[in-house]
Amino acid sequence: MSLIDLATHAGARSATPPSLILEVKDLVTHFPVRNGIVKAVDGVSLTLERGKTLCIVGESGSGKSVTARSILQIVDAPGRIVSGAMMLHRADGTSVDLAKFNPRGREIRAVRGREIAMIFQEPMSSLSPVHTVGDQMMEVLRLHLDMGKKQARARCIELLKQVEIPDVERAIDRYTFEFSGGMRQRVMIAMALACNPSLLIADEPTTALDVTTQAEILDLIRRLQQQHGMAVMFITHDMGVVAEIADDVLVMHRGKVMESGTVDAIFHSPQNDYTRMLIGSVLKLEQKAEIRLRRSPIADETLPVLQVRNLSMQFGSGKNALKAVDDVSLTVKPGETLGIVGESGSGKTTMGRCLLRIYDPSAGAIDYRRPDGSTLDLVKADKETLKACRREIRMIFQDPVGSLNPRMTVAQIVGEPLLVNRIAAGKQLDDRVADLLQQVGLEPSWRERYPHAFSGGQRQRIGIARAIALNPRVIVADEATSALDVSLRSQMLDLMMGLQDKLGLSYVFISHDIGVIRYMCDRVAVMYRGRVVETGSAEQVCNSPTHAYTQALLSAIPRPDPRARSIHRRHRYTAA
Amino acid sequence: MTDIAISHVDSRQLAVASQWQLVWWAFKRHRLAMAGLVVTAFFYIVAAAPGFFAVNDPSQQNARAAYHPPQGVHFIDLAADGSWSVRPYIHPYALKRDPQTLQAVYREDETRKSYIRFFGTGYAYKLFGLFDTTTHLIATDNKSEPLFLLGADRLGRCVYSRIIQGAQISLSVGLAGVLLSLTIGIVLGGLSGYYGGRIDFAVQRLIDFVLSLPSIPIWLALSAALPHDWPATLNYFMITLILSLTAWAQLARVVRGRFLSLRTEEFVTAARLDGASEWRVIFRHMLPSFTSHIIASISLAIPAMILAETSLSFLGLGLQPPTISWGVLLREAQNIRSIATAPWLFAPGAAVVIAVIALNFLGDGLRDAADPYNK
Repeated sequence: MSLIDLATHAGARSATPPSLILEVKDLVTHFPVRNGIVKAVDGVSLTLERGKTLCIVGESGSGKSVTARSILQIVDAPGRIVSGAMMLHRADGTSVDLAKFNPRGREIRAVRGREIAMIFQEPMSSLSPVHTVGDQMMEVLRLHLDMGKKQARARCIELLKQVEIPDVERAIDRYTFEFSGGMRQRVMIAMALACNPSLLIADEPTTALDVTTQAEILDLIRRLQQQHGMAVMFITHDMGVVAEIADDVLVMHRGKVMESGTVDAIFHSPQNDYTRMLIGSVLKLEQKAEIRLRRSPIADETLPVLQVRNLSMQFGSGKNALKAVDDVSLTVKPGETLGIVGESGSGKTTMGRCLLRIYDPSAGAIDYRRPDGSTLDLVKADKETLKACRREIRMIFQDPVGSLNPRMTVAQIVGEPLLVNRIAAGKQLDDRVADLLQQVGLEPSWRERYPHAFSGGQRQRIGIARAIALNPRVIVADEATSALDVSLRSQMLDLMMGLQDKLGLSYVFISHDIGVIRYMCDRVAVMYRGRVVETGSAEQVCNSPTHAYTQALLSAIPRPDPRARSIHRRHRYTAA
Repeated sequence: MTDIAISHVDSRQLAVASQWQLVWWAFKRHRLAMAGLVVTAFFYIVAAAPGFFAVNDPSQQNARAAYHPPQGVHFIDLAADGSWSVRPYIHPYALKRDPQTLQAVYREDETRKSYIRFFGTGYAYKLFGLFDTTTHLIATDNKSEPLFLLGADRLGRCVYSRIIQGAQISLSVGLAGVLLSLTIGIVLGGLSGYYGGRIDFAVQRLIDFVLSLPSIPIWLALSAALPHDWPATLNYFMITLILSLTAWAQLARVVRGRFLSLRTEEFVTAARLDGASEWRVIFRHMLPSFTSHIIASISLAIPAMILAETSLSFLGLGLQPPTISWGVLLREAQNIRSIATAPWLFAPGAAVVIAVIALNFLGDGLRDAADPYNK
C-alpha cells in the first residue's frame, strides 16, 4: 500500500461532506493540587479532518494524553476541563460542543465508542480477562447498535477478520490472555471500529509493542482508515512513528502547543526551538556518535576481557522448560561497546543478568580476564571470587525508579559499594561520592537528597555513578536509556561514552532500540528467541544485515523522515 | 511511576525528606486517622498510669454505694450572695430505702456541695508501679463523699476507676499479644519469603492450617484448660500467648508477601551486586521498606486482640476477677437485672468500642500512608 494510493483514496472521499470532523479551540484542562493548579493542557487548538491522521507528539508530561482524554471527557479525577470548545461535526450536518456535555451524562456516552473511539497503550488492562473476546465485542454491538445475538456474532467475525486475526472462528471464543500483545491491540482496534466511528483516538497504541508488531499495527490502522474514511488522532512520543503515518503534526510541551503543521514542514523546516531540539535529538541517534568516530579502532589482536562460550540459561524443567538463552557465544574486548539487540522475549536481559551471575547459567562458560592477565570462568566461580569480580563488572539498570532504594539518600546509594567493600568511609567516602556525582554531571551538594527529588534522567545518572564507583572494567547496561525521553537519551549515551574513554570501560549494551545501538556500539549481536542470529560491526549489522531476521527487524523500524516512509515495504520474518 | 503525593510541602524540604517524614506528611492529611491517633495515644497514656487518672480505689467495695448512679458534675458555683465562679462540684447522694420494697434509692442532696480538685489527694497507689503517691488528676475535697462519675457496681466499686484500671490490662494484652505474634510472624514469614522453595512450602501449609482452625473454640478450649489456681500475672501471660497463637499467621503472610515482592526489586539486586552481605541486604535494604507496612498491620491487629480478650473474659474463660479488664467488667452486665437497674455497667463496652474504632482509624491511615513512594 503506497502513499499515493492513500492520497487518491482520501481525495475521492473528500467529496462527501463534511470533511471537518472535530475542531478543538483553546482547550484548557487543569488538575487541582493542594497548593495550586497543574495546567496539564493549556490552550490547545487542533482540527481533525476525515481521512487524515493528526499526530500529537511530545515527551512525557507534555499533556498529549490528557488532551485526548479531554475530548472524550475521561480525564482522571481530579482533572477537569476549564474552558475551550470542542465542536464535533456530525455526518448529518449538525454540530455539538463536547465540552458542554456533563462527563457522566447520556450525550457524551453516546459519542464515546460510537462517534469517537479510543484505543490505549496497554490493551490488557482495557480488556476484561474473564470474558471471551467475542462476548466483549458483542456486548458493544448489542448495546450501541441493538443487534441480535446472531447478527452481532457475524459482525464480530467480520471485524476480527478486518484486523487480520488468524483463525477467527476459533479466536472469537478465546480469552484475552491467550493472545499476544499485538493480537490484543488488534482486538482493541476491532472493538473501536465496531460502530464505524468517524474519529479514532489512539493513545500510544504501539509503545508497549515490539517494532515488528508495531509496524503491523501501524499498517493496519492506516488501511482501516482508508477503508472507513475515519480521522485518526495518534498520540506518540516516537518521532519515527510520526514521520511514518502523520499527515499533520502537533508538537506539545508542558501543556502548550509548540508548533503545528504538515508532517513535512515539521520535520524539514521546523520553526520552533523546542521542535528543532526534538527533531535534532532524534536525528542525532540516526548516526554514529561523534565521540565514537574520533576513537582509534581497537586492535584485532587485543585479548577479550569477557568471552562467553555456549552459554545457556533454562528456566523450569521438563515440559515447561523455557530456554531463555540458548547456546550464546560472544566476546567483549577492552574499551569496546558490544550491543545486544533484540525484541522482548529474545533473552537479551537474561543474557546480561547471567554475565553477573544474577541468574546461574545452566550450561556454558563466561571467561573473564582479570587485570593481571589470568582468566577465570564466572559460571564456576565461588562466592568470594564472584564478589571480587562483581567489583570489576558492574550493572546499570533499566528502571531509574526501581533501581534506586527510595529510602536511602543519594550519598548512601552511591557510597554503598564503597562502604560494603571497605574501600572508603567517613570523610573520604563523602569526598569520593561528591567526586562521582560531579563526574556524572550532578551537583555534589545534592547528595543529601532522596531519589524522589530527581527526574528520570538525573536518577539514571545516579545509577551510573553507583556503577562506576568501584572503578569497574566492564559495565552491563540493560536498556539504560529506554525509560528516558528522546532528548535525554543522546545526553546519557554521550555521558557513558565520555566515561568509557576516561575510565577505559567496556560496555555490554543491551537495547531493543537500534538507533541507540548504532549511536553507541562498536559491535552488535542480534538475538532472537534466545539465540544470537547475527554478530558483526555496528555499521555492517545496521546497514547491510545478512540474517533474514535482522533484515526484518531493521525494515520494521520507522525512520524519522516523512519523505522516506519505508515500513510498508518491510520484510517479514517467520522462524522456521 | 513514583510520584510523591505530597504537594503542599516546600520542594527543598521535600528533596531531603526521609521515608518517615513522608509517611508522617501523608498520614497528617488523613483527618480520621489523626483523630484515631490522638484517641489511641490518650488511651495508652491512661493505661500507663491508671492510678493517676482513677478517682476511687478500683477494688474498694462500699456497701453503702451498691448500684450508685453516675453523679452529675456542676461547673458553675453560685455563692449565697449571688456571685458565681467556675468551680466544679457535686452534690453528694443520700441513700434511702423505699419503705415498702426496700429498694435502694439515691437522691441528690442539694444542700451540700463536695468540690472537685485537680491534682488533689486520694487513695495511695504506685505510679508506673514504682513511686508511692496519693496525687490524682481529680479528687474530691471530702474523702468520705466518694465521686462516682460513671456510677458504681453491685459491690459499690467505682465503675469509672475500674474502666481506667481495666484499660491497662485490655490495651496491653493487645500490644503484648501483637508483639508476640509479630515476632513469630516475622521470623516464619521472613524465612518463608526470603528462602522460598521447600521452607516456603512448609511454612505456608502451617499458616494454612493455623488459619483453618476455628479460633474461638480453640481459645475457649485452651483457656478452659488453664488451671484456676494460677496467679493473675501467669494467667495474663497465658491468655496473651493463646491469643497470639492464631494471630501470627496473618502477620506472617504480610511479611512473606513483602519479602517476595522486594526480592525482585531492582534496588535489592543492585545492593547484592554492590557486594552487600545477605545480612546487610535484609536489614539495610529490605527491612526499612516494609517496617511501615508492618506497623500498619500491627495497628490493625491490636483491636482484634482487644476484642478477643474482651470476649474471652466476658465468657468467663479469660482473665478472672480480681484481675480487672474490660471483659471482666462486662461480666457484671451479663444479666437482665443490671440492664434494668444499672445501665451504666455497660460503660466498659463503650470504652472497648471507642478504643477499637480509634485503633482501626489509626491503622487505616497508617496503611494508606505506609508507602509514600507509590500513589
